[in-house]
Amino acid sequence: MMHMLRAAILSVACLLPVLAWAGKTDSHARTLAASCAACHGHEGQSRGEIPSLAGSTTANFLGKMKHYRDMPDDGSVMNQHAKGLTWEEIVALADYFAAIAPAAAGGRECCQKTDGQ
Amino acid sequence: MKRRRFNQLALASLILPGAWRSIARAASAPRVLVVGAGFAGATVAKYLRIWSKGSIEVILVEPGREFVSCPVSNLVLGGNRSIQDITHSYHALVQHQGIQMRHASVTGIDVNKRKVSLDDGSNLHYDKLVLAPGISFDYSHLNALAGTELQQHFLHAWKAGAQTSALQQQLQAMPDGGVFAITVPALPYRCPPGPYERACQVAYYLQRHKPRSKVLVLDANPAITSKRALFEKAWAELYPGLIEYQPGSELGYIDPGKRMLATTFDRHKFDVLNLIPPQTAGRLALDNGLANAEGRWCDVDYVTYESTQAQHVHILGDALDSGLPKSAHIATSEAKVCASAIIAMLADEPPDPAPVFANTCYSYVSADEAMHVANVYRYDEKSREMKPAQGGGVSHARSAGEAREARSWAVNIWHDVLG
Repeated sequence: MMHMLRAAILSVACLLPVLAWAGKTDSHARTLAASCAACHGHEGQSRGEIPSLAGSTTANFLGKMKHYRDMPDDGSVMNQHAKGLTWEEIVALADYFAAIAPAAAGGRECCQKTDGQ
Repeated sequence: MKRRRFNQLALASLILPGAWRSIARAASAPRVLVVGAGFAGATVAKYLRIWSKGSIEVILVEPGREFVSCPVSNLVLGGNRSIQDITHSYHALVQHQGIQMRHASVTGIDVNKRKVSLDDGSNLHYDKLVLAPGISFDYSHLNALAGTELQQHFLHAWKAGAQTSALQQQLQAMPDGGVFAITVPALPYRCPPGPYERACQVAYYLQRHKPRSKVLVLDANPAITSKRALFEKAWAELYPGLIEYQPGSELGYIDPGKRMLATTFDRHKFDVLNLIPPQTAGRLALDNGLANAEGRWCDVDYVTYESTQAQHVHILGDALDSGLPKSAHIATSEAKVCASAIIAMLADEPPDPAPVFANTCYSYVSADEAMHVANVYRYDEKSREMKPAQGGGVSHARSAGEAREARSWAVNIWHDVLG
């Protein structure tokens, strides 16, 4: 399993220079990563039961996404999303979330009226 | 600001009287004015500030003092959440993101002078204007007889807030054995699965408090428009005999006195009528000539969300003629694409030419079971629209696990938009 992952990461690493042109990928990946926030929290730092993505290692993220992508339709959200992304996008997301610090424990639920505002 | 542009402006000022004012404005941070602080508007405001590292001045105009979430609002009817649970503060957007909030309504937009007038008498200039006007309701097909009475008594509760609480009170006041009718407009409307989730939540309440009653769903569409098999199964298994569904039944006439309504085929008595009317883009878009798709919805460039009708005006969310489900997650995703594009445009750089984003939408069928629809959407250069990518779909079955996920979704999206 690990050597398969390593191979996947290596093959993906070869693509990285291609992805880095003209700043396009940067905003493409940033916007796509931000789209994950609805379920996984702002900057991948979840405040609920759905797991955080922030701080996930590249290998862990890629391994999970490959699993979701390759498995048959099981009706799960991630199975459905993973099949809609290109591998290049998945790699860019892995890099994006690996670069963010994991969520701090005990974040309160947001924005209740009790803020006094 | 770029030196080249400043030099041009300085030169222009020697020639053009009054140009100093525009220099003073241009020399400071560019200003983006966002109108409407729902899911789309609050998100674009917040992400403009974050991704520009505070270098863009963002003013957010919204008459409401609090954010009330449409997602989860059906659970208030079922007694499974309170109105307080779905009501949130804008406080953090001001305190933590540096957004200037103006609690006012827009009275006019001058797209040539790039100026917006507010009902507090002030005028605001902008470099870019973002409108997130949401939806408005179209009662024009119904008998004029009822007029405003119809709108006051037969609540839509399709914008969460006072009407959500008022409809809950009507449900609680309904006698046992009564009929709670819900009319569903033809697509497109805000939140396709919403009416069917609402039927579940009302039935959940009736089953426990008024078991001889009935939910009557009168749908203008030929069939349930979202998660159909899942809703049919949930209705049959969880609420047998409690929900009557009539497809192809567009509301045509209401007799408020007799509490009777007529659809395409039939007449029905009701005790409470939850009238979800046909919808259009929000009033602000209609009044300013921006609803250029059949006079009902707004057309935009889906790379930048700039209106095809007015330069420097961007439009987001449920007001668009996108063909996508009008969901909160899509509204926030569009807002992020738009924020990124505006930042690029203000820096004279090209925006991402092919945006991609996700949509995940949960529906609660009871207090503790839910199901979802999930899709990735990808910009299609040929049609110039966002199209579903491969792999999307719905749950195989409703479950308690998905209800926990739905709760997590709500907490995370609220924080992403407002935190």
